Amino acid sequence: MMQWEIVIGLEVHAQLSTNSKIFSGASTAFGAEPNTQADAVSLALPGVLPVLNRQAVECAIRFGLAVGAKVAPKSVFERKNYFYPDLPKGYQISQFELPVVQGGTITVQVGAGDKAYEKTINLTRAHLEEDAGKSLHEDFHGKSGIDLNRAGTPLLEIVSEPDMRSSDEAVAYARALHTLVRWIGICDGNMQEGSFRCDANVSVRPKGQAAFGTRREIKNLNSFRFLKEAIDYEVRWQINEIEEGREIHQATVLFDPDSGETRMMRSKEDAHDYRYFPDPDLLPLVISPQWLDAVRATLPELPQAKRARFVAELGLPDYDAGQLTASRETADFFAATLAAAPGQAKVCANWLLGEVSAQLNRDGLDLAQCPITPQQLGGILRRIGDGSISNAGAKEVFRAMWAEGGEADAIIEAKGLKQVSDAGAIEKIVDEILAANPAQVAEYRGGKDKVFGFFVGLAMKASKGKANPAQLNEVLKRRLAG
Amino acid sequence: MIEKSLRQLGQALAAREISSVELTSLFLDRIARLNPEINAFITVDREQSLAQARAADARLAASAAGPLTGIPIAQKDIFCAQGWTTTCASKMLANFVSPYDATVIAKLHQEAGMVSLGKTNMDEFAMGSSNETSYFGPVKNPWDRTRVPGGSSGGSAAAVAARLAPVATGTDTGGSIRQPAALCNLTGLKPTYGVVSRYGMIAFASSLDQGGPMAPSAEDCALLLNAMSGFDARDSTSLERPVEDYARDLEKPLAGLRIGLPREFFGAGCDPAVMAAVQAAIGEYEKLGAVSVEVSLPNSHLSVPAYYVIAPAEASSNLSRFDGVRYGYRAPDYDSLDDMYMKTRAQGFGAEVKRRILIGAYVLSHGYYDAYYLQAQRIRRLIAADFVEAFKSCDLIMGPTSPSTAFKLGERAADPVQMYLSDIYTIAVNLAGLPAMSIPCGFADGLPVGLQLIGDYFAEARLLNAAHRFQQATDWHRRQPADIA
Repeated sequence: MMQWEIVIGLEVHAQLSTNSKIFSGASTAFGAEPNTQADAVSLALPGVLPVLNRQAVECAIRFGLAVGAKVAPKSVFERKNYFYPDLPKGYQISQFELPVVQGGTITVQVGAGDKAYEKTINLTRAHLEEDAGKSLHEDFHGKSGIDLNRAGTPLLEIVSEPDMRSSDEAVAYARALHTLVRWIGICDGNMQEGSFRCDANVSVRPKGQAAFGTRREIKNLNSFRFLKEAIDYEVRWQINEIEEGREIHQATVLFDPDSGETRMMRSKEDAHDYRYFPDPDLLPLVISPQWLDAVRATLPELPQAKRARFVAELGLPDYDAGQLTASRETADFFAATLAAAPGQAKVCANWLLGEVSAQLNRDGLDLAQCPITPQQLGGILRRIGDGSISNAGAKEVFRAMWAEGGEADAIIEAKGLKQVSDAGAIEKIVDEILAANPAQVAEYRGGKDKVFGFFVGLAMKASKGKANPAQLNEVLKRRLAG
Repeated sequence: MIEKSLRQLGQALAAREISSVELTSLFLDRIARLNPEINAFITVDREQSLAQARAADARLAASAAGPLTGIPIAQKDIFCAQGWTTTCASKMLANFVSPYDATVIAKLHQEAGMVSLGKTNMDEFAMGSSNETSYFGPVKNPWDRTRVPGGSSGGSAAAVAARLAPVATGTDTGGSIRQPAALCNLTGLKPTYGVVSRYGMIAFASSLDQGGPMAPSAEDCALLLNAMSGFDARDSTSLERPVEDYARDLEKPLAGLRIGLPREFFGAGCDPAVMAAVQAAIGEYEKLGAVSVEVSLPNSHLSVPAYYVIAPAEASSNLSRFDGVRYGYRAPDYDSLDDMYMKTRAQGFGAEVKRRILIGAYVLSHGYYDAYYLQAQRIRRLIAADFVEAFKSCDLIMGPTSPSTAFKLGERAADPVQMYLSDIYTIAVNLAGLPAMSIPCGFADGLPVGLQLIGDYFAEARLLNAAHRFQQATDWHRRQPADIA
C-alpha cells in the first residue's frame, strides 16, 4: 500500500477592524440594512476615486511586525478585473506583485500530551485588498439583490507556504493565526460574520516524492471544524482518485458541511484572466522606517514571547503557559489575577484554567462575560496563600462569589470559613487526640504510617474542618515523632 | 456683453451693470437659438442655471462674491454635477443624474459662485478627436459647420467659439483640450497632472486625464485655473502644493525666454499652411524678445503607439463599472447574467469605446501584458526623460498643436489610425504629465491654427505669461466666426 503525504497551504482573509472602508469613509459595521453603508465609492458611481485608509495599512504593518516579516517600504495596489454583480467597479483593488507584507513565520503547537509537537509555518505574504459586496438570492422572485455594505471592507489576505502536512497542522496554524490577529487587535476574528475565512490548497503526493501533487483549492471555510472536515474529505477523495487511476485536475471546490463533501466550483480551464495592472488611481504605498517604528511601539507582547516568559519567569509548565496565551483576554485576565495575588502564579493558572474555565463553560459564557473580576479572584487566592482558607473553603467562596458577587474576605467572614492557623490551638487539638488514642499512636510509632491519615481526619473533625492542613500535618508529625 | 473677458464680466457684475440672472439668460437665449445647429450642449436646464444665477446675485448683493461669482460657464459632460444629467456622451449614461458634485464642479459653483449653462457635448467617454463618437451626435465647428470642432472637448470648444458661453471646462487625456482649442480658435490649458482634481471627472485613462480651462484668452484661462485647481484629499493623485495665483506673471516681459523647437515637431506630417502659421508665431515671439533653440524629443514618434496601449488598458478597466447593475443603461431583454452584461455593454457603448475596451483588455491579458503594457510604460518613461533633457536648454517648448486644421465631418471617422494621428503632437505631453497650452496663432484657408506651448512641471504661470504676452501683441484670439450673431 502506497504511503501518501498530505500538503496543505492556507489563504486566510482577515477582515481588518477599521472604522471605515479601505478606500472610502463609509462605515464597516456589520449587520446594517442593505446598502445603507454604500457611499458613492462603494457604489462605484462614475468619477469616484479611492483614497487609502491609513488605519488599514497600520493593521497590515502590525501583522507584518508580529510575524517577523519584511514590511515592504514600497508596495503597489493593482486592479483584479472581473465581472460580478457584487463587485461594483468590475475590478477588485488588491495587491499582486508587490504585497505590503513579505515572508514571516508563525510557530504553532500541534496535538496534545505526549504527541504534541511544535512546528514553524512559513508565510509567503500578506496583502491588503477590498472585500466585495453580497449577492442575495432569496426574496427577490427570480431576481438577485445586491448589498454593497460589505463592498470595500478592508481585508488582509494572509498566504502561507504549503508547509502543513495534516489537517491537524492546518487547524493549529489557522487557530494560531486567529489568536494572533485578535491579539494584535487587527481583526475581531468573528467567523460566523465572515471576519476570518480560510481557503485551503490541498494536494497529496507519494511519500518521498519531491514534486508537489496537483492541488485543489477549498474555498470559504468559516469554522475550524469545517476546515478539518473539508481537508480530511478532500485528502481521502484525492487519494482514492489516484489509486483508482484517475488524475487530479487543478480546481476550486466548495465544502458542503451537510454532506461533509467537497464539490467542484470551477476548473482551471474556467479560471479568469484577471488582467492585473497597477491601479493608476493610487500611488504606491510607501511605509517609512519612522511609521514602522511608531507602529512597533504600540504592539503588545506577542503570544509566543509571553508564553516563553511565563515559563521562564513564573516557572509555569509549558502547557499552562500555552493555555494562558491562547487568547489575549486569557493572558490579560491571568496577569491581572496574578497582580492581585502576587507570587502565586501556579495557583492563579490552576484556578483560571480549572475552576473559572469550567464554570464559564457550564454557564455558556466567555471570559469577557466572567462575573468575577481578576481582582476578586485574586482576593480568594490571596487567602489560600496566607493559609486563611483551605482549598475546599476557597471553592465555596468562589461559588458564592460567582452567584452573588462580593469580596473574598467578606464571604469568608460571613460563612465562617477562616482556617485555624493558630499554632497553639492546633497543638491543643493534636495533643487531645493523641492522648485519647494511645493504641493508634503506638501503631504509628511502630512503623504503620497509614495511621497518620486517621489522626488528620480526627483533627479536622475536631476543628470543624478549619484547621490549616499544612500546619496540622507539621504539628502531628512533630508530636508523633515524640 | 458676450464679447467680454472674465475680468470684464466680473467688473460688470460687481458694478451692477448687469445681474447674473440677466447675463445667464443672455447666454441661455443664445444657446436656445444657436445650439440646435451646433449641438455643443447635451443638457441645458434653464431652471437649474437660473437658480444658480439667483444664488450668485444674492452673494453679489451680500458682498460675499469672488472674482468669478455670477459668471456663466459651460461644463464638459464628463464632470459629475449633482442634479444634472451626466452622460459622458454615452447611451450608457444617457439617463444618469449624478447624486454628487465633482470637485471641479464644487469649486467652480459652490466656492467660486459661477453659473452652469449646461453640459457640453464630447466624444463618448472622451474617446475621440472629432466629437463624432458622441451618442448625442457630432458637434459642428462654428468656423465651418461642415467641419469637426476637434475632440474630445468639442462641445466646450464650439460653445465658447460661438459665444454660447464665456468660458468652459475641458479635459485632456491625449490632447482633448488643446486640439479642439486649436481647431476652434481658443486658448486651452492642460495643467500638470495632479493640479486639477479628478474626483467626479468620469475616468477615461486615469494616469493621463486632466481637467483644464478653455477660453478666449490666456488671462481667462489663468483666472479659471485659479478657481479649478488645488489639492483634493479625495484624489490620491492630486498634488499637495501651495496655492498659486496663475495670473501673477501674466504681464512679465518675455525678453530672454528660451523657446525650444523640437526637431521632431517640425518635420514631415504637418500641413504646410499650419506650419507656416506656427513659424510666423515663433517669429512674433522672437520680436517679443524670446530666443529659439533647437531641441530634440527623440522618442516622440513612439508616443502615439504607447498611448494607444496605456490609455485603452486603463479605459478597459475604468469602464467595467458600466455593467447595467446599479445605474445607467441596462439591456431590456436578457436570459442570464452574462447575457445581461453582454447585451448591456454591446448596446450601451459606441464603436470607438468598444474598440478601445477590446484593445485594452488585449494588452493587459495574460501573455501579452509584458509585450504591450510594460513596454509602453517603459516608452512612457523614455518620453518623460526626453522632456527633462530638452528643458535643460529651454524654458518652453513650442510647435503645432494639431497637424491640420479642422477636418470635414465624417472625413476620418472610418479610419481610426488617421484619427489617432490628429493627436501626434499633444499625446507626449500627457504621457509625461506636463502642462501645455494651445493658443490661436493664425489661419489657414480661413480655419484657425493653434500654437502649442509646453512647459516644465508646474510651469503653468510661465505658460500663461507667454500666451498672454503673445495675445497682447496679436489679435488672432479675438477673431470670431462670421455667423454667430
